[in-house]
Amino acid sequence: MDANATTPLLPEVLEAMRPFLVELFGNASSIHKEGQQARSAVEQARASVARLLGCRPSEVVFTSGGTESDNLAVFGSAKAGDHVISSSVEHHAVLHAVERLGERGVEVEFLPVDGQGVVAAEDVRRALRPNTKLISVMMANNETGVLQPVEEIGRIAREAGVRFHVDAVQAAGKVAIDVEAIGCDLLSISGHKMHGPQGTGALFVRRRTRVEPLFAGGAHERQRRAGTENVAGIVGLGKAAECAIEGLQSGSVERMRGLRDRLEMGLLEHASGVNGGQTARVPNTSNLWFESLDGEALVIGLDLKGLAVSSGAACSSGASEPSHVLQAMGLPAERARGSLRFSLHRHTTAEEIDRAIELVATQVARLRELSAVTQ
Amino acid sequence: MTIAVAMSGGVDSSTVAAMLKAEGQELVGLTMQLWNQRRLADKDGMPEQVQGRCCSIDDVYDARRVAEILSIPYYVVNHQERFERDVIRPFVDEYLAGRTPIPCSLCNNHLKFDQLLLTARQIGADQIATGHYARNEYDPQRGRWILKRPADASKDQTYFLFGLTQEQLSRTLFPLGGFTKPEVRELAHQYGLALANKPDSQEICFIPGGDYKRFIDAYLEEQGEVVPDTAGELVAVGGQSRGKHDGVHNFTVGQRKGLGLASPTPLYVISIDHDRKQVTVGAEQELMRDSLRAQRLNWISIAGLQGEMRAQVKIRHRHEPAWATLRQSGEDEVEARFDEPVRAVTPGQAAVFYGGDEVIGGGWIV
Repeated sequence: MDANATTPLLPEVLEAMRPFLVELFGNASSIHKEGQQARSAVEQARASVARLLGCRPSEVVFTSGGTESDNLAVFGSAKAGDHVISSSVEHHAVLHAVERLGERGVEVEFLPVDGQGVVAAEDVRRALRPNTKLISVMMANNETGVLQPVEEIGRIAREAGVRFHVDAVQAAGKVAIDVEAIGCDLLSISGHKMHGPQGTGALFVRRRTRVEPLFAGGAHERQRRAGTENVAGIVGLGKAAECAIEGLQSGSVERMRGLRDRLEMGLLEHASGVNGGQTARVPNTSNLWFESLDGEALVIGLDLKGLAVSSGAACSSGASEPSHVLQAMGLPAERARGSLRFSLHRHTTAEEIDRAIELVATQVARLRELSAVTQ
Repeated sequence: MTIAVAMSGGVDSSTVAAMLKAEGQELVGLTMQLWNQRRLADKDGMPEQVQGRCCSIDDVYDARRVAEILSIPYYVVNHQERFERDVIRPFVDEYLAGRTPIPCSLCNNHLKFDQLLLTARQIGADQIATGHYARNEYDPQRGRWILKRPADASKDQTYFLFGLTQEQLSRTLFPLGGFTKPEVRELAHQYGLALANKPDSQEICFIPGGDYKRFIDAYLEEQGEVVPDTAGELVAVGGQSRGKHDGVHNFTVGQRKGLGLASPTPLYVISIDHDRKQVTVGAEQELMRDSLRAQRLNWISIAGLQGEMRAQVKIRHRHEPAWATLRQSGEDEVEARFDEPVRAVTPGQAAVFYGGDEVIGGGWIV
């Protein structure tokens, strides 16, 4: 139950990809027939992703994933002397990229969030300076699922004529995305967070928005991303985008919301609260606080019983690190340590939810008993 | 019943995992992430290259690989905060107070056999197994768990384990207690562990290169603290000044090098007076002591000291235990009176009391 980490590849996505991993191995830049087949598949996928985001196909740049999309947006938009506004709850792909800009002579500013993890749009307005070049605020938080007021921020950005990037990696496929309604200039998505293949992603780049490429090389992706296209991956991402649109329209996202609420109701008998539970969230995420328990021990204990959940972010050794998101929300370290993220995908079943509730109940009871003995 | 194996990525703990697996035990491998080696890497004088050190990514990789080969579940658990609070900070403070700490004992007491054991129990394991060279048996007659020296006297780690409580011992396995190090390497080969020839770790795990003075400076700088000014005088045993020193934390009782004094005969640090910032130096025979006092005691083979007791006392890791008579000398304090004077009794180190192979108990030298 850790879909915000990654989601299973859908069978229909694998089927769409298969020919391009086996017989159709053309390079999309080649002029011959094989190349043209690959090109056609890439462009079809581009149209699918554009439909998911509400943009023109030519505004879609394929990348190697959410991190590259975020990096392209951030590094491609600011140089020394510029000012960049972001938030303190961004994914590391944005947070660390903006921090690095800071080391390179860019003035950077991370806006705080309230107790629910929400950035105040007014704070964005107040932070604007004459040299502000970029605002980067995520759409949905990966740890809490909390939605940011991106449309409001988009209006502020437009009025000020400042470029606006939205990291929508955790929003895609869970809520409708419309880059026009948001009013953003750049928006990142990732394939594997929405049942597509790992190693694929896209960045929406509004027409006439110039981003400095990350890589030097060929003229691929309209000179915005050099490197031979990952044709099979892109086809998979395109298919995943189609499935995501279908999921949003057919009610399977709403079904997921029902299951998430059922999970939350069930777990709240053992948990002490929902982090970010008082504000709008994506319909698949529940970040729960278990008072006086160690989230890391809970994650391991549950994994040994066959239930995958997560606590905080993983550091390079694989140990979990205290969540910067929960800390930015002003939650005490002890509460951050005792918090777990449950995240569903569109194919999570009611049986899985009920089993998760049961396993967590058993594990929490055991931990509480143990802490009563050892303290 | 599940056993949690404390895996460091070294030969010893990897072999423990392989041995227990071969016995058919239900295992889970745990590695503690204790310290981020890169934290102080940019500070003055600290080595940038920290690969191959404890808690390095390489060691975690090795431990993970062993767990994969053995098909056991494996996790890295983050105990960095606790390590900093209970090992790093006291380590720094002890030096600044003019004592010579033993971080390994602190780590055993507060991390391995406390926090890690707790984590093990939380995730459903009842016991932990480690790669320490020590033996641990229950004696039904005394009704106590007894910690004993291992078969390989040259690898004896009981000195660092004197702080274990009966509860901790009852939940701890030391599967290597009956083996010598060469035998363990041979076993590692037999179990097909690629790291069978990996070198032993020697230094303090969080101090790459072993320069503790630089570490203390770098750590305090990172904490935004200034190194307290403990510079003062070097004095002879009679009290007359022999020169200046730049801080008491740069000295250890028994130290000979780095005193910066010219003398026809070798000079040693005899004692350190933190309050007066004085370091006393003198000839080797002045290092000899016929007694010591130890506090913050822990008893293992006995419930407590009754009257006087004969014991062999070890005052540092590489020390041949010396015969002494123990008697209570205060609340939670024991005096050990040696039959023959011992060299360089060092405050901050542990005094561990042995009765033959058994650890009677121990405390911290004051």
